[in-house]
Amino acid sequence: MTLAERAVEPLHRRLGVTDDELEAIRDRLGGRDPNDLELAMFSVMWSEHCSYKSSRPLLRTLPTAGKDVVAGPGENAGVISIGDGLAVAFKIESHNHPSAVEPYQGAATGVGGILRDIFTMGARPIAILDALRFGDPADARTRHLVDGVVRGVGGYGNCVGVPTVGGELVFDRSYQGNPLVNVMAIGLLEERRLTLATAGQPGDLVVLFGSATGRDGIGGASVLASATFTDDDPSKRPSVQVGDPFAEKLLIEASLELIERGLVEGLQDLGAGGITCATSETADRAGAGILVDLDAIPRREPGMAPFEVMISESQERMCAAVRADRWPEVREVCTRWGLPVAIIGRVTDDGDLTIVEGGPDEDGHALAPAREIARVPARALTSDAIVHERVASPPTRERPAPAPGVRLGPSDRLPERGMDPGAVLLALLGSANLSSRRTIFEQYDSTVGADTVVGPGHGAAVLRIKGTTKALVATTDGNQSVGRLDPYLAAALSVAEATRNVSITGARPLGVTNCLNYGDPTRPEAFWELREGVRGLADACLALGLPVTGGNVSLYNESPAGAIAPTPEIGVVGLLEDIATLAGPAFRDDGDHVLLLGETTAGLAGSAYVELAGEAAEDGPPALDLGREAALQSFVREAIAHGLVASAQDVSGGGLATALAECAMWGERGADLRVAAGDSPAVGLFGESPSRVVLSAAPGSVPALLRLAEAQGVPATELGLVGGDRLRIELRGAGATGSPEERGSRVADALDVSLADLRLAWDRGLPRALGWED
Amino acid sequence: MAVRIGVVVFPGSNCDRDTVHALDRAGAEPIVLWHEEASLRGVAAVVLPGGFAYGDYLRAGVIARFSPVMRAIGAFAADGGLVLGICNGFQVLAEAGLVPGALLRNRSLRFLGRDVHIAATRLDTPFTHALAAAGAPLRMPVAHGEGCYFADDATLDALERDGEVLFRYVDEAGHRASEDDRAANPTGSLRAIAGVSNAAGNVAGLMPHPERAAEAILGSEAGAGIIRSLVESAARAARQPVAVAVGAR
Amino acid sequence: MSTHRFAVNVAPKPGILDPQGRAVEGSLGHLGIGGVSAVRVGRRVELTVDASDEGAARTVVERLAAELLSNPLIEAYAIESIAGASSTTGVSSTTGVSSVGAGEG
Repeated sequence: MTLAERAVEPLHRRLGVTDDELEAIRDRLGGRDPNDLELAMFSVMWSEHCSYKSSRPLLRTLPTAGKDVVAGPGENAGVISIGDGLAVAFKIESHNHPSAVEPYQGAATGVGGILRDIFTMGARPIAILDALRFGDPADARTRHLVDGVVRGVGGYGNCVGVPTVGGELVFDRSYQGNPLVNVMAIGLLEERRLTLATAGQPGDLVVLFGSATGRDGIGGASVLASATFTDDDPSKRPSVQVGDPFAEKLLIEASLELIERGLVEGLQDLGAGGITCATSETADRAGAGILVDLDAIPRREPGMAPFEVMISESQERMCAAVRADRWPEVREVCTRWGLPVAIIGRVTDDGDLTIVEGGPDEDGHALAPAREIARVPARALTSDAIVHERVASPPTRERPAPAPGVRLGPSDRLPERGMDPGAVLLALLGSANLSSRRTIFEQYDSTVGADTVVGPGHGAAVLRIKGTTKALVATTDGNQSVGRLDPYLAAALSVAEATRNVSITGARPLGVTNCLNYGDPTRPEAFWELREGVRGLADACLALGLPVTGGNVSLYNESPAGAIAPTPEIGVVGLLEDIATLAGPAFRDDGDHVLLLGETTAGLAGSAYVELAGEAAEDGPPALDLGREAALQSFVREAIAHGLVASAQDVSGGGLATALAECAMWGERGADLRVAAGDSPAVGLFGESPSRVVLSAAPGSVPALLRLAEAQGVPATELGLVGGDRLRIELRGAGATGSPEERGSRVADALDVSLADLRLAWDRGLPRALGWED
Repeated sequence: MAVRIGVVVFPGSNCDRDTVHALDRAGAEPIVLWHEEASLRGVAAVVLPGGFAYGDYLRAGVIARFSPVMRAIGAFAADGGLVLGICNGFQVLAEAGLVPGALLRNRSLRFLGRDVHIAATRLDTPFTHALAAAGAPLRMPVAHGEGCYFADDATLDALERDGEVLFRYVDEAGHRASEDDRAANPTGSLRAIAGVSNAAGNVAGLMPHPERAAEAILGSEAGAGIIRSLVESAARAARQPVAVAVGAR
Repeated sequence: MSTHRFAVNVAPKPGILDPQGRAVEGSLGHLGIGGVSAVRVGRRVELTVDASDEGAARTVVERLAAELLSNPLIEAYAIESIAGASSTTGVSSTTGVSSVGAGEG
């Protein structure tokens, strides 16, 4: 578009509002045009990020009910009761695009934002999990992003005093132009302290506390800036959001004190959409209106225009509904914690978000009559925001995608006959995606709070709850490599894997939060992927009996280089009733039996192995039977509760051999095992078919374990014994490699690697991939 | 009445609740002291906990050391009162000159959060007497970006000569770490110093977190000995009892 | 060829939140100091450049300042010529020419 064309382009289009949307806005305003300030507010509130206008119809299909759910989608975070008068608050959110622009601050403010969603409910944040996804680890830009994002997550989380106890780091070429930063936070609260984001009653005061308001994150609306200010004045340009974790720590303490003392009727944190979003949402929830006095809002910069104040995304701010007689105490709490605090408005009964400027000063003296500069029905900005019915159409494939559940033909892809499976295992363990993340998570404080029982580097984090025998278990998982092939299956697999990681500790999964990272919803193939992902998420949660308590949708993750692989990032929280029963992955004693629970099925597409070995055209991803997954997890939890299990590890990335290697490395002892190769050693060793767990058990427990498995209909296969300092896996069965003379029940190939070699590969993999000094 | 031990809270302190919990389990009555307070409310000892006082902005500990409570702590220390600084607390004490030396950025220039081993050099101090043996490795976490202990050679010589080095970084077997040992002395602290005391021996600081290693469920109980030493010494000084330390609370 | 000594002063761009400056400003009361405001905390990098002349040297420093020493998204820099091998008392400027680069990212 030429400069001349841009100059006559209507304001609404320059703000990203389509003609149809403008029509819809006029509709909600009783037929009149919005003024510039109102248009700016609509442009932000009706953005995809704030309004979920493309995804809302899909999200309505998710199962959200559960008898222990205290707060669900629509609130700032999901909250689930855990007994003893306590509840857990949790949610996952994305900060993808800001992290691509400024990785440190993008990640830092992402952490800050999700923490606020937790403590605004009255919960003290107790843990962070960061799910990070980048492109090629050898690429300079990727390395710059990884460095900045990790420092940002640590810089904010460590300072604020919330431990970072888990997460993921995944490299996939599809993220090259679009890194993903999804952050999950968990908090603990006494259920009676649950605070919702409501505006309270007409007459209540609207109080803003926390940092002053500057020009942070004004972004797209900057076209309004250029309309009013000269481009030469740097102070008037829109600014990158900068996080202040110290201010956030003060905000946490002040907010929790306000809630503890019952001083607020409702509390809402400010994030995307700033004051406009916080006030319109809380008003809408209360069925009320809010009158905002623009001049009363504390500013960080002089000369801010009204639209800047209303849509600024300055961080570390909260908005409370306060009964008038509580104001002096609220002011005292905020002031003591060193936080600016001001009455910025009051709750009305007219349902509108009304903005005035130039009213009475602090002492009530009228300088001039207050001038109304905007009036919009609150719900028009929020619950009645436009919803788009997008077009979905599956991408054309060269071959039809395999239907879920259909058994595939054999696919033996061990590259050459006689290739050493041990070498393959070492290559997988040393790969960028499967190697140890120690070099990352040692930059986080994972033990502040003195509650961390199991920290980063494990399948799930475990946090004890002081004063009880209970513990909370949490993890994130997201399968993008299957996502590329079958977005429905990928979402279901992600739920299965995340819940399985919780179940293998002995904990019962409580609920699911999700961060749906997809492409441009106006592109039918991308919208189809999102629709399929939601469908997979819904089906899996229904089958596993788990409610979805909330989450986040991040769309438009595409660049000229292409779109990201569909990435449904799933966060799960579980409850372990008795911490003494906690199970872990480490082999415990020599002589213990090693068993595989669940059945290995065909399908290597989407696995780490085919990343290494190349894929077969006729192959597809493995099938998922949700009934079997549910039965497996239920069995594992019960076996652990009965004390029958010495160690438990799920089979996922890198397949069975990788899971066994992990058990051996954690336990610092090897094992002597036999695995049925069946039609394909590669599938047997490295296939990632779901619904499988590796258990080890003391010899005396094995009969009871097998009986329990049989009673619950879970296939169980003895693999061998723990012992020695090597991982030895013999392959047995037909169709294996090797000369005819050696075939039969014994196969020429066996996997035989020392613990030392496993550990070396695993430890060195990531630093080497990133070019970091060890 | 159990011995009262103060835990100072600066804006940004984030290990105060952990420290309160550990002191409570060790049989003391923890008294939270807000940084604006001018009085220490008759406590028998004071702990400056870890965290990011004032965000560690400008320099770790430098803003905090001007807080009103530090005046009272200075007087308390001059009078022989027991003061222990953990991590950020150590940094505050160093900035305030109440213990010798300074804490610089870690050698790796990155934040470091993982377990290390330290060993007490002597057991005849108020902070170490309840430990089992001098030189025995104690496993506990560090979590800091500025944990590299530094002082000039003359000061370091004096510290070692006068027995003011209380803790050193060691390997799993208890051997003193060299300054280059990335595994055992990841911050590169000079002479592997993990904690020191002042000349009078009543004020001490250490970088690792004993309060995060005081319960078996958390992976190590090695820090409990340090906490207990402080509580018992404080009780003796104040002639107050130590409540029966509770097991699983 | 000659050697030229420069200092690059990096500070948060105007309008960008400066948590450090804010924390320092907020704590001045404890020192009993009033009348101090608008505190911005940055960093100073001093360096010596070998070049054919001052203009060429300055070009090198400009590039360093924009690409490495500052983050153009959130920081601005100012370059000063300084005399001698060291500067011990904070900001000193002899030739005094400061160029403000508000590098856009």
